Amino acid sequence: MSPKIQTLLDEAAEGRRLTLDEARLLQLEAPLHDLGHAAHRVRLRKHPEPVVTYVVDRNINYSNVCVCACRFCAYYRAPGHDECFVLSFEEIGRKIAETIALGGTQILMQGGHHPDLPLSWYEDMLRFIKANYDIHVHAFSPPEIVHFAKISGLSTAQVINRLKAAGLDSIPGGGAEILVDSVRAKVSPNKCPAGQWLAVMEEAHAQGLRTTATMMFGHEETEEERLEHLFNVRASQDRTGGFTAFIPWTFQPDNTNIVARPLTSPEYLRMLALARLVLDNVDNVQVSWVTMGPKIAQLALYFGGNDFGSTMIEENVVRAAGVSFRLSQGEIDTLVRAAGFEPRQRRMDYRLVEDKK
Amino acid sequence: MPDLKRFNALGLGAVARKVQAGERLSLDEGRALYACPDVTAVGALAHLRRTALHGDRTFYVVNRHINYTNICVNGCAFCAYQREKGQDGGFELSIQDAVDRLLAAPLTPREVHIVGGCHPDLRLAFFVDLLTSVQKALPQATLKCFTAVEIAHFARLEGLSTIEVLQTLKNAGLAMLPGGGAEIFAPEVRRRICPKKSDAVEWLRIHGEAHALGLATNATMLFGHLESIEDRLDHLDQLRRRQDESLRNGGNGFTCFIPLPFQTENNAIKVARPLTGLDELRTIAVSRLMLDNIPHLKAYWVMLTVKQAQAALFFGADDLDGTVVEEKIGHMAGATSRQGLTKAQLEAMIRGLGLTPVERDARFNPIGGQA
Repeated sequence: MSPKIQTLLDEAAEGRRLTLDEARLLQLEAPLHDLGHAAHRVRLRKHPEPVVTYVVDRNINYSNVCVCACRFCAYYRAPGHDECFVLSFEEIGRKIAETIALGGTQILMQGGHHPDLPLSWYEDMLRFIKANYDIHVHAFSPPEIVHFAKISGLSTAQVINRLKAAGLDSIPGGGAEILVDSVRAKVSPNKCPAGQWLAVMEEAHAQGLRTTATMMFGHEETEEERLEHLFNVRASQDRTGGFTAFIPWTFQPDNTNIVARPLTSPEYLRMLALARLVLDNVDNVQVSWVTMGPKIAQLALYFGGNDFGSTMIEENVVRAAGVSFRLSQGEIDTLVRAAGFEPRQRRMDYRLVEDKK
Repeated sequence: MPDLKRFNALGLGAVARKVQAGERLSLDEGRALYACPDVTAVGALAHLRRTALHGDRTFYVVNRHINYTNICVNGCAFCAYQREKGQDGGFELSIQDAVDRLLAAPLTPREVHIVGGCHPDLRLAFFVDLLTSVQKALPQATLKCFTAVEIAHFARLEGLSTIEVLQTLKNAGLAMLPGGGAEIFAPEVRRRICPKKSDAVEWLRIHGEAHALGLATNATMLFGHLESIEDRLDHLDQLRRRQDESLRNGGNGFTCFIPLPFQTENNAIKVARPLTGLDELRTIAVSRLMLDNIPHLKAYWVMLTVKQAQAALFFGADDLDGTVVEEKIGHMAGATSRQGLTKAQLEAMIRGLGLTPVERDARFNPIGGQA
């Protein structure tokens, strides 16, 4: 390792902000172990306590009907397809009741861009949930918000305002994919552009909703475009401070319209570590056991990750793309303890769930 | 140069300096590596050693596994594969079956790995015939067949010495012994998990005999069942002492060490605390650091999962095994990896890791003169 890289890693580990050129140098040349160790040092500086958190939640995909036809997606069905569904409120309620019975505090609700459901349907759904269940609703990624704005003729700010009034608690960071328009034009041409994705998040932050930010990499983007994604998130976070966590994961190519080599676990770990070093203004970095499996997720706790994501009592989207890892809360606890950390259940905003053992 | 500040802070400064200098680590130093709270530091040291030995070369082989029978007189407690003679689900391949399967492989295998249960009736003449027929069908393939446990079993059935069995099989084309059957050498653990199998003394003696006859061999360690960390270190130490002696006598010795994480499903052993991914990586790394005289270390993706094997290539391993095509023993014990990888997948994967793929033969000679 060159002295220049060692110095950069040391400085980044101490909290100095990286420039784009410096981040690129680390991305291309820092050895895996050194990159990971620097990221772990940042993690320990931000979270000195040996705790790894996770949320107990369930993914509820209210519908798979979608007009976007993103090429990386194995989950959606075009309107009119035999396998299209929209969950009834009753079915959603049943899933929430099961989640609460399992100690869950949150539901993550995302769906396709349904061409016919009006905004009032989503508002009714939120009111139904809030009237019947004590649960945090983490729902509707920015592309869905943009879609709702289109079908209702309202601005995204008005949509967020109405959803919040109906019970929306926070917004998941999905649909970010790679926040570079040239990539989005190739892989998800019908989804909102990068600037709009960030604008929706910043609007949500302005209205007091916290959100996460994700990154799906390993499809048709370049290394440089991955960096651009990180820097876009960092700049946005500088403006609002509203992102609670950054969640990178790798594209899963099975059953999609993109031919790509599945990224290896060290490529994932490098990206995770680099994200931790670049995103000096984001507190939490989640590891992705859903795409990487329990073994690499555990290792990722030494490459910048401090959060195990969620128990995902139900997960449908990644599974449709050919990967089906499953972990119970007890298994997550075991993995985290075996890695040398204390597992703690948290809420969306990273407050710990105190009443648990 | 390792980041000595980091290793000093973990109490591993002296170990890091010895690794840097290529000096042998003591058992106490092995204990310190197991006790180190930061497994990635141990991995970084192992990667340093791996890089000193092999640079970024990462080996793979176009190979094919043949399991000729699952009928076995041993009945080891950890085995999900074994059947008794006459029991439902038992099978025996004919020589023609074996040859047909090998010829049906999408690429002509360079390495043929044949192992099976200790069958009560299959005689040495059958195995001589098997080797001769396979070698005739696949003249370019290296025959890596029969664990030391099978060799001992053949010797008992025939009333021959194990040297005589090895010599007979060598004359029929055998070039290598695979490393299986080593499990864990500690007698107390062996008594509980595989009481009828060759003991450590016999296993090591047969490998020494094979080395003296000019055969190369591999060595395994099955870990994560009832053994202690101390048992793992003892296993590694016995292997490196055996290797010292074989090399001193001018033999080929062990070519590759293969740490095998215990698969917990479908068998009679209840493990109190099953291995996690980090335990696997730590044992791989410690193995690389302790086995200073065995050149190669395999990340056997069938047992590790593909993603974990990729990580293992940065924790001391330099070999990914290979295409495999069809694997029974690990999968019947709950291994969740796929059944085979193509050569193109292996090459692309290794390049994606930033490493250099080298196709090898069974003895780790590069194919086509790549270095």
